[in-house]
Amino acid sequence: MPAMNLVQAITSALDYKLADDPKVLVFGEDAGLEGGVFRVTQGLQSKYGERRVFDTPLSESVIMGAGLGMAVAGLRPVLEIQFCGFIYPAMNQLVTHVARMRNRTRGVFTVPLTVRLPYGGGIQALELHSESMEAMLAHVPGLQVVIPSTPYDAKGLLISAIESEDPVLFLEPKKVYRAFRQEVPEEPYRIPLGKASVVQAGTRITLVAYGAMMRVARQAVELAAKEGISVELVDLRSIYPLDSETLLDSVRKTGRLAVLHEGPTSFGVAAEIIARVNEEALYWLEAPPRRITGFDTIMPLPMGEHHYMPTPERVLYELIQLHNTAE
Amino acid sequence: MLTQFDPLKGKRLQILDEEGRIVSRKHLPDWADEALVEAYRLMLRARVADDKALQFQRQKRIHTLPVNKGQEAAAVGSALALRPDDWMVQSYRELGAVLQKGGTIRNHLLYFKGSEWGSVHPGHPRLLPLSVPIGSQITHATGIGHAIRYQGGSEVVLCYFGDGGSSQGDFHEGLNWAAVFQCPVVFFCTNNHYAISCPRSKQTASATIAQKAVAYGMPGIQVDGNDLLAVHAATVAAAEHARSGQGPVLIEAFSYRMGPHTTADDPSLYRSKEEEEEWAPRDPLIRMRLHLEGRGLWDAAREEEARAAAAAETDVAMREVDELNETPVDEIFAYQYAQRTAELQRQQAAYEAFLQWKEAR
Repeated sequence: MPAMNLVQAITSALDYKLADDPKVLVFGEDAGLEGGVFRVTQGLQSKYGERRVFDTPLSESVIMGAGLGMAVAGLRPVLEIQFCGFIYPAMNQLVTHVARMRNRTRGVFTVPLTVRLPYGGGIQALELHSESMEAMLAHVPGLQVVIPSTPYDAKGLLISAIESEDPVLFLEPKKVYRAFRQEVPEEPYRIPLGKASVVQAGTRITLVAYGAMMRVARQAVELAAKEGISVELVDLRSIYPLDSETLLDSVRKTGRLAVLHEGPTSFGVAAEIIARVNEEALYWLEAPPRRITGFDTIMPLPMGEHHYMPTPERVLYELIQLHNTAE
Repeated sequence: MLTQFDPLKGKRLQILDEEGRIVSRKHLPDWADEALVEAYRLMLRARVADDKALQFQRQKRIHTLPVNKGQEAAAVGSALALRPDDWMVQSYRELGAVLQKGGTIRNHLLYFKGSEWGSVHPGHPRLLPLSVPIGSQITHATGIGHAIRYQGGSEVVLCYFGDGGSSQGDFHEGLNWAAVFQCPVVFFCTNNHYAISCPRSKQTASATIAQKAVAYGMPGIQVDGNDLLAVHAATVAAAEHARSGQGPVLIEAFSYRMGPHTTADDPSLYRSKEEEEEWAPRDPLIRMRLHLEGRGLWDAAREEEARAAAAAETDVAMREVDELNETPVDEIFAYQYAQRTAELQRQQAAYEAFLQWKEAR
């Protein structure tokens, strides 16, 4: 089995779907010849031709709107928005049309569309190149939001996303695009959308994370173990649909909950998870849950972003506080 | 033909004058007498349904809705250029075109009473639901055209929007992409001279909307939008152009919104009676009726019969819609995704528990 980094695993999924289904088209700004600014689509145009894999005009709104038109006409477009922070010109199309088409036509017209979005900070990038806006996207009824953390999950989730009958926003943690390799089968496989994964069992605290923060979480869990705190780590993988069942099972076991993400605190994914736990498992909680997140601030430029991005030490600090909170 | 009306030189295609006389035979559509009569009947049907819908709104049987009056030739003349397998992407003021494409008066009324089923037409024609965000539908037409070209099809897309829509970024993005990839789309701008209260003169400094086509590298043509024959001739030529793989075309139909923007609008706040009176004789129905009468194809009795038939159809449709009163709870949750999520099931169950409690109280 080959070892792949996250970029290679995503390319492998796109490669499979392009070969598998002539309805799949891959496009975006610089996504054709160059293979995208992160080279995720590299080699696909030369393999499948310019009709299947192509560069678009620099126009996010029509990338999304034309994607909808293609989907309605029977194709399965996989479009790339170059950075999550550039999605705003396409938000009107996404919210007013892509998310609503199935409902407003009672299923006559559907939008099996996948939007690839490199997201997240910690890469010393330019302004608007580091945002983590998954909560805003997940708030829109009709959309699905998926964020892989590993090469293996990325391939299986992306294949499922492209095969989904409804639009999927597939957020790619660019901080870990090339951070590590993992054994990834050459053959296609699918990981269902809306299913979280318990990646490490533990007894005292449930720590929920996703995307690039999973790497931070793993390090924090190791540090915590050295302090004698056993942490169960859950990789959310899908933001919407949210896998309440897995989260609740874990919290009922550990009695303590922390949620880690790099997006802003207020109205974020952590807030939603804690609300669900409060509704369904409040009496299993032995301490108030904690949010370990970015701040309600504009993402700082590179000289300040280390303060904004949660680090393993900051997570450890929060885990210790949570662990020491009396019942 | 598309090259003979240079929009940069202020040319405009007209075939019928206001008295219904043919002023130019060169581009006269190849229509049998019967087809001419049918086209007029469709305009009339749309007009009557539109007028009656306004009354129904005043009677509170339906809610706020846009008014079509004055734009029937633009809608019908263009829609009649489509093959059954072609696509139509609507704005929301093309009732005649929607009826031609397979929509129904019942559905028109049902949508504006407040049901999503109003966008679901018998046999599911290739007709997108109306688009509320102005101009946003232009990019959808581009994408459908892209898919047709990719799949090697011979269909075209007819995409409606207005002079207001031409100011949106999506107009630029959609036309630009369509021209780059030579998508088979007929972009049809019904310039009715108003975006709610904002007149065409404040919408763009361009002399015409048709001339914007030049910058995108596609043919553009301005037609008299109240002249059914001119609209049809231009759309047939544009559709042929697109169908033959030569890419998109922009048509500007020069027309006038004779009624309010919607039933909630009061045009007296922003335009003069004199202006409205100036446009009144240019009503697209008058011109076509005079033309048909001049050719012995129409008379007062037939007019009365056709109007009565359209009125009866609309009344029947309204009564049918009157009977439909509530969207079932299940439907609200059923069409969000292909499969209902666990969270949606939970929310639905919680709401239904409340309803049961309310019922039992």
